[in-house]
Amino acid sequence: MTSSNVGIVIVSHSKDVARGAAEMVRQMVGPEVPLAHCGGDPGGGLGTSVESIMAAIAEAWSDKGVAVLVDLGGAETNSEMAVELLPAAQRDRVVICNAPIVEGAVMAATESSAGSSLGAVRSTAEELYAGSMVR
Amino acid sequence: MKHPVGLHARPSVKLTKLAKSFGCRIEMAQQAAGPWIDAKSIVKVMAMKAPRDTTLHFRAEGDGAADAVDALSELVQRNFDEDHADAPAP
Repeated sequence: MTSSNVGIVIVSHSKDVARGAAEMVRQMVGPEVPLAHCGGDPGGGLGTSVESIMAAIAEAWSDKGVAVLVDLGGAETNSEMAVELLPAAQRDRVVICNAPIVEGAVMAATESSAGSSLGAVRSTAEELYAGSMVR
Repeated sequence: MKHPVGLHARPSVKLTKLAKSFGCRIEMAQQAAGPWIDAKSIVKVMAMKAPRDTTLHFRAEGDGAADAVDALSELVQRNFDEDHADAPAP
């Protein structure tokens, strides 16, 4: 099963942050964007895991690709590791966005909802850092 | 625009999504003289930070341009379908 829209994956150190960001995307943008989130370590503390990131990418998978939004250091490095472990055919269709996790997820999902390409979704999320919104 | 929080997060997302549903080029501005921004860019629409009581201007060019302007104007006049919203958008 795959959607015609780019999928969005949210990776935070905190399960609550990841869930909350995903909730904002769902409520503000709607159900037409494949969406998955993960956060926290298996013991219930803060952290991220390569396994759960890979599961989230699989859950949000779209043939148009998946844009990943991360928070701090480990979320990014573990996401990079998860991407590297994907089958080659999928690897090239996953990007990690250089954008604030919550705002970037909403922007990326809004762009995705219109059927935009993975490149356009990433550009929209990353435009935030270049623009005035976070300043 | 009468929405109490102005063109904030949720209204911006709705407006952008509607604009993107049309094939034509669509621009919007807070004054007829501009500056005009791409109504399909969520980042630019949100960065406008248009407050309540702003008069939004739309212009479109291409297929379905008139319909696009009508639909966007109606969305603003319907308060972005958020009359029930009690909490300010984040």
